[in-house]
Amino acid sequence: MRHNAVDEWSRGSSALHRRAPASKLIAAAVFLVVVATAHHHLPLLACGWLGLLLWVTLAARLPLGGILSRGAVVLPFSAVFALLSWMEGAPGIAVALILKSYLSALAVLLLVATTPLPELVRSLEAARVPRFLLTVVQFLYRYIFVVVEEAAHMRTAAAARGGLTFRAAADALAVLFARSFARAEAIHRAMIARGFDGHFRPLARRRFAPPDAVFLVLASALPLLVRTVGEVLL
Amino acid sequence: MGPVVEVRSLKYSYPDGTEALKGVDFRLEAGEGVALLGANGSGKTTFALHLNGLLSGSGAVRICGMEVTPASLAAIRRKVGMVFQDADSQLFMPTVIEDVGFGLLNQGLAPEEVCERAQIALEQVGMVGTGSRAPHHLSAGEKRRVALAGILALDPEILVLDEPTTFLDPPGQRALSDLLRNLPQAKILITHDMPFALATCSRAVFFHDGSVAAEGPVEEIAARFGWGFAAR
Ligand SMILES: Nc1ncnc2c1ncn2[C@@H]1O[C@H](COP(=O)(O)OP(=O)(O)O)[C@@H](O)[C@H]1O
Ligand SMILES: [Mg+2]
Repeated sequence: MRHNAVDEWSRGSSALHRRAPASKLIAAAVFLVVVATAHHHLPLLACGWLGLLLWVTLAARLPLGGILSRGAVVLPFSAVFALLSWMEGAPGIAVALILKSYLSALAVLLLVATTPLPELVRSLEAARVPRFLLTVVQFLYRYIFVVVEEAAHMRTAAAARGGLTFRAAADALAVLFARSFARAEAIHRAMIARGFDGHFRPLARRRFAPPDAVFLVLASALPLLVRTVGEVLL
Repeated sequence: MGPVVEVRSLKYSYPDGTEALKGVDFRLEAGEGVALLGANGSGKTTFALHLNGLLSGSGAVRICGMEVTPASLAAIRRKVGMVFQDADSQLFMPTVIEDVGFGLLNQGLAPEEVCERAQIALEQVGMVGTGSRAPHHLSAGEKRRVALAGILALDPEILVLDEPTTFLDPPGQRALSDLLRNLPQAKILITHDMPFALATCSRAVFFHDGSVAAEGPVEEIAARFGWGFAAR
């Protein structure tokens, strides 16, 4: 079975992959805020920030093309709003929307492409994101692959019977739902069979080491530096 | 010491009205291995789910002398380790080590001890070094072994395995039967795999349509019901 590319990337071993998830989480948050609150000389600043992100991509040994194209998934959404602003006579805002959303998407993508989701979830938990929400994310991550695989089997089976009609697709969706419910029940059984009482206990917490602190300081300072230099010089 | 499992006239119907068990009697002695045979839909899985109170029908189920009741469930579930038919549903944690350690953490053990015991269990099933992997990256056979490790780590007195050789290649099947043969626990193995049943069990119980149709030595039961070595 083929797995999600980002999931594969997140299990790399570069220096960036090895940083504590919390340091990457905070660095990404700082980047988002710095980008979101910049108002002047955006196109130029954007070049600087893009340069930083590309550097990070290469340092993490991630495929440049894959990252740039996956970051672009947000563009259709921001393009709609950009178009509206343009028609209202605010081309500057339109450009800013596109640039900011693309850069933000790249930053978040780099975060998840260098941090396995389970670890990310754990550090979000430490950051007091509601546990319920994280449990849902964790299960979604675990079982999305199972459901996708089941769907793929059903598609193969349908193709073998002579093509996927709309009717067959609707039936397949119903079956997929029924199976998902059955699976939820089976998982719940397996959990209580091993003494689950509704409360997940963590096995280990990742320690924050000196290299993580250095990384965090640099990764937070650089985007800010780009912005300060840009605003002072221009 | 009395039997570790004792079931008397157990009946169960699913909420949709399917009569899955129609009065089953069953005994398992300490250290004994029993194969549950029978066609698909004959009630084997439903029976197994009663052994740690995941389902409860009418009749009596006693584990190590304890009646299975809501009050005794926690204690019962420590005695009965169950590996389910579908390994995907059993491996729900994000990484292998967390999954194998899941039950131990629920017992309130410290993380260091949990890691240690989880590693030992992974070693037992031949999955050393897979602790940090995600279950969805494992092959079907590897998933089965990790699921078994999650149960062995808990060191239960009774092992219940539902079709454990499905998806295992022949070397994997042999490794599993060698492993099980050397475990001291009492075992209930639901299987369609006769060589596996012969290698691991001394006795077989044949389910038919929600009842026990026959029991006796594995070869005898297999021969009587035409489930020869070709059966899969
Ligand atoms: N969740 C369920 N709801 C309704 N009927 C079920 C359910 N699970 C199993 N059954 C039915 O109960 C009977 C026994 O099933 P099962 O115990 O799974 O048999 P086996 O494990 O021997 O294949 C079958 O007729 C099956 O269709
Ligand atoms: Mg079954």
